[in-house]
Amino acid sequence: MSAAILSWSLWAAQIMLALGMSCAVFRMLRGPRAQDRVLGLDTLYINAMLLLLTVGMASGRTLYFEAALIIALLGFVGTVALAKFLLRGEVIE
Amino acid sequence: MSAAAELPVWVAILTAALVLLGAALALVGSIGLLRLRGFYDRVHAPTLGATLGAGSIALASMIYFSALETRPVLHEALILIFVAVTTPVTLMILVRAALFRDRAENDDPLLRPGEGVARLDADARDPRETRG
Repeated sequence: MSAAILSWSLWAAQIMLALGMSCAVFRMLRGPRAQDRVLGLDTLYINAMLLLLTVGMASGRTLYFEAALIIALLGFVGTVALAKFLLRGEVIE
Repeated sequence: MSAAAELPVWVAILTAALVLLGAALALVGSIGLLRLRGFYDRVHAPTLGATLGAGSIALASMIYFSALETRPVLHEALILIFVAVTTPVTLMILVRAALFRDRAENDDPLLRPGEGVARLDADARDPRETRG
């Protein structure tokens, strides 16, 4: 009973998160200006992190948590570096 | 999913509800990123998934692994705290960059007619002042 509830809800959540990731990829490829592309990348990594958390719950292992944490850390650094590049034209002054 | 069969049903229902809520919020935020018109409208949408979406999925993961291992497993709180702290910082820097780029092209979004401060000014303006 509880295994069925969990597997179905995790499956539905993974499909929703994958749809969200495809929306973000569309905005990243299409986005009229550079800041739209950076925003699409930001949304993409947040959705990927949530997808990894649900994959970890479906597998029952805590290994995926570390991958999600690394995605969160590196995604933040990447978005800040890209925004800084848009602001100044160089990342490190 | 073999170990999940021994979980109590209320844990499964709570986890499922939180996961579905978080994924739905992230999806709504991403659709908003796709549908809204200007950049300054669009920047609001993904924060749905980044705050409440990430919060409810991390909470579901904490509840699920705590019930599965019958001990408190709270390390998902790290992701929760980190995302909640970094998302406003990231998006504020990004909006600063977008504002800088728009102003460099003499297209200040705050001075566009029908948007931003110009609209607020027009709403708040006293009609007697505009006559003179």
